[in-house]
Amino acid sequence: MSTLDSAPAPLAASVPASAPAVSSSTTAVRHSALVRITHWIFSLCFLALLVTGAEIVVSHPRFYWGETGTVLTTPAFKLPIPSSRALVPTGYGYVMPDQNGWSRALHFQSAWMAVLIALLYGIGGFVSGHFRKDLLPQRGDLSWRGFSTAVRHHRLFQRANHEEDDAYNVPQRLTYLIVIFLLFPLVIWTGLAMSPGFVSAFPATVTLLGGRQTARTLHFLISVALLLFLLVHLGMVFVSGFSRRMRAMITGHLKPAKERV
Amino acid sequence: MTKLSRRKLLITGMAATAGAAGLGVAARLAEKYGLVPPDHGGLYGLGETLTYASQRLLTRHSLAREFSKSQISERPLPNEITPLGDEFNRLQAGKFFDWRLTVDGMVDRPGSFSIDQLKSYPSRNQITEVACEEGWSYIAEWHGVPLSHLLSVVGAHPQARYVVYYSIQPDWWESMDMADALHPQTFLTYGMNGDDLPVGNGGPLRMRLPRQLGYKSVKFLTHLTVTDDMKKFGKGLGSASPEGGYAWYAGI
Repeated sequence: MSTLDSAPAPLAASVPASAPAVSSSTTAVRHSALVRITHWIFSLCFLALLVTGAEIVVSHPRFYWGETGTVLTTPAFKLPIPSSRALVPTGYGYVMPDQNGWSRALHFQSAWMAVLIALLYGIGGFVSGHFRKDLLPQRGDLSWRGFSTAVRHHRLFQRANHEEDDAYNVPQRLTYLIVIFLLFPLVIWTGLAMSPGFVSAFPATVTLLGGRQTARTLHFLISVALLLFLLVHLGMVFVSGFSRRMRAMITGHLKPAKERV
Repeated sequence: MTKLSRRKLLITGMAATAGAAGLGVAARLAEKYGLVPPDHGGLYGLGETLTYASQRLLTRHSLAREFSKSQISERPLPNEITPLGDEFNRLQAGKFFDWRLTVDGMVDRPGSFSIDQLKSYPSRNQITEVACEEGWSYIAEWHGVPLSHLLSVVGAHPQARYVVYYSIQPDWWESMDMADALHPQTFLTYGMNGDDLPVGNGGPLRMRLPRQLGYKSVKFLTHLTVTDDMKKFGKGLGSASPEGGYAWYAGI
């Protein structure tokens, strides 16, 4: 908002100021339109990526380190689930239906959309100061005392206090920063490292990781980490008032918390 | 806030208009430069087109990674498990002496080639990885003749846009664009790891396209057709893969 507020005066003055000001006595802007729109589109993409990714894994629920790996080599680990391909020895007596075709198509279409939306969010986040103001821990916040207090509140399942209505606490900020600037870039990188076309143009994408199968295994493990983030994220939304938080992420406004009895 | 939201609205409107116009221009340019895959329609057409177009812009001349001899997999997975039929068994009994690869379509000299004839052309080797869409992969050394060499032998027309290729397995047929057909690593492969290509890995003749996933490297190759129009083949989606729900372009 600060960039818009500091717009040249003549332009701002030329706009009629007849419209009534939005009443701000009952509600406060919690999430900007950019954050809300990109949040929901990205959520849809992420859900599609999780479901289709799981479907793809089912066709070969074995993971390897290094460049190569097949049913003839020893896996680093395998998932205790049946497979959608008869060639995979799972110990189960049956083969699941093959869903790879549409799963792959939806996986990559969602990945495209997710990356484009993430770019919009990333650029908007830097320009608007969202990252600096909302996600970067404020000076002094990184003290051990502040951090441990927030963690203790979490552990005791204490509801978010009023201060936390308008801003994220330090563990939240750090978690979002790690997810946005570490886990998502890594999951995109390891995904691209599995594309034979992409790595023909940029071989370092996969050689830096140590091989195609390492890229695949990391892609899976990072996705599990992202799934855990999603579960905790949803759990926190429930704990801190589901409908209030949902409304805030849809309308942008957070209704003031009711006085607790 | 309202002062600003009106200006925001104007800017958003202008951006949306410019975006829509840009998309229109991009679509026309993509069509002109061959960046639209045959399976561009349908629910996932946008994703397929974005992937194919961006990879074609990035990878037209790029080479698939090649490996050292020491990286060759000890046990290259023979993943062919379906019975191949009487005709295949008859040809196998004759040590594939009567195996023929027929070539037709937009070529000056349609022809029929035995494995020995293909072996008489300048042979090339590559140590590349077969990566299956399921997730597994192995490295082998492949011996064959570049498809581009055979295309020059039969005199493929310059206006050709795709090479369609068929397996002896009736349901398997694929196609590739000319960027792949003329690519130096696209092989008509008759050997692996210093020997004839085993049946389990696609012998006696297999297409190798190391810049795409394994399912484009069709096994038991019998027939090539050069064309400028994919609509004439099957459902017009480019190959049997999109008809079964898989992408025509498998560079991802």
